[in-house]
Amino acid sequence: MSNCGAQLEFIHAGLVFEDGPERLRALRDLSVTVRPGESVALIGPSGCGKSTTLRLASGMLSPSEGDVLVNGMPVGKPRQETALIPQDLGLLPWKTVLQNAVLGLAIRKVPKDQALQHAKDALSQVGLEGFEAAYPKELSGGMRQRLALARALAMDADLLLMDEPLSAVDALLRESLQDVLLDLWRERGHTQMLVTHSIEEAVYLGERILVFSPRPATLKADIANPHVGEDGWRDSAQFANQCNEVRSALAESAGEATGANPPEPQAAADKKGR
Amino acid sequence: MLSKVGGYVFAVAFIVAGWWITALAVNSPALPTPAQTVEVLGSNMDVLIPFFWTSAYRVVASLLIGTLLAVPIAQLCTRSRVLDRLFAPVLYLLYPIPKVVLLPILLVLFGLADAPKIVLISLTVFFQVLVAVRDAVKAVPESALISVRALGGSAWDEYRHVYVPATLPAVFTSLRIGVGTAIAVLFIAEAMAGSTGLGYFIMQSWSMVNYPRMFAGIIALALLGLVLYAIFDLLERRLTRWR
Repeated sequence: MSNCGAQLEFIHAGLVFEDGPERLRALRDLSVTVRPGESVALIGPSGCGKSTTLRLASGMLSPSEGDVLVNGMPVGKPRQETALIPQDLGLLPWKTVLQNAVLGLAIRKVPKDQALQHAKDALSQVGLEGFEAAYPKELSGGMRQRLALARALAMDADLLLMDEPLSAVDALLRESLQDVLLDLWRERGHTQMLVTHSIEEAVYLGERILVFSPRPATLKADIANPHVGEDGWRDSAQFANQCNEVRSALAESAGEATGANPPEPQAAADKKGR
Repeated sequence: MLSKVGGYVFAVAFIVAGWWITALAVNSPALPTPAQTVEVLGSNMDVLIPFFWTSAYRVVASLLIGTLLAVPIAQLCTRSRVLDRLFAPVLYLLYPIPKVVLLPILLVLFGLADAPKIVLISLTVFFQVLVAVRDAVKAVPESALISVRALGGSAWDEYRHVYVPATLPAVFTSLRIGVGTAIAVLFIAEAMAGSTGLGYFIMQSWSMVNYPRMFAGIIALALLGLVLYAIFDLLERRLTRWR
């Protein structure tokens, strides 16, 4: 694919939700740079603001403080080449597989023939050819995940944001879908940010693993994970070690939350890089 | 498919048998047997057919007008919190009023031809569709909207890709139910004013004490309701296959 990934930057980004007199801080002073073509996994306790971070990256939300930049430009509104796969996949039940796959392109007013061709290509890339006329309810859980992915691929996204996309499928299917994600990423070279609850998933898919604290989210650790994509990575001893490292970082971040004065995220960030 | 056809054959047989037994038991010219009815219908075709079309035109036009007005208004009202707060109480007060009581006023305002009937039936349909679509819009899954917004969709895209398809089943359901009400209102409107349509035909036969002729009119009106119901049922199944 011609595509090369976008660069995603959070610069002292913070977000406060205001609902009348109530103020709810979701994110505090996040500074992270995701390099073009990098795959980053985001992990942290439930409700800590990981999804909010993704929505900031997608441009659906704007930061109350600091900046969120894609390719150096502030993302004020959803960007054409950014694809977000929400937790529930965001498939429209009244549209067929093909209509769902083509939706992003239809909204972007790509000429119909071209859009349909892209969508069909994307569907065959994820192994859904022959199901174009089916409706989402007729698909299995795994096929729905693939369809959500096809929608992003059809748009030729250079930034793929995923919010626990595999949380609804069983363990074996989950691993095979993780391989689908990994293969697509290696093949296309897009930038991706994946929110997950699973330590194994983070270590299997993320070249960097960002560990968040409980709400309001702050960056607690930035763990380099350079062996992602190597053959046999999941079965290696190093994989298990890496999982342990993430596990203890998570436990530490959850533990600190009860203490006073959380340390500055910059100080906690691990600057090893790739 | 075969069992479905079988089901309908059984239903028709059941109804005809029930009708026949009732007709024999009542033994009145007001309720002919199915065999007599065929004869009665045949001998009144020359008047019934044009009246059938007149009534069909009034009902179909009203269903269209009522729906075409109700759907956008329901969509608009629910899209804005301010509008919804403003309109919800209005709707709440107006919805339960039987619109048919407005007939005398409409007759004064619009005369005796098609217009007052179409206005009256449209009003009835309008409120039914309005309430159904309004509820359906409120039930639109947030996730579907988020998915369209995440793709950079405009308000028009939300309307086109989410609100319209998500509320279409409610439109058809309310129309299917609305057919019955619409025909009831049509009957009253035609019976009270004018000299055309099946409602008029039925009341005219009644006042002439020509019961078989009256019964032919009743059957024609029932047929009109059945045909419309079947059309909406078919359309609903065709257009909302995803459910």
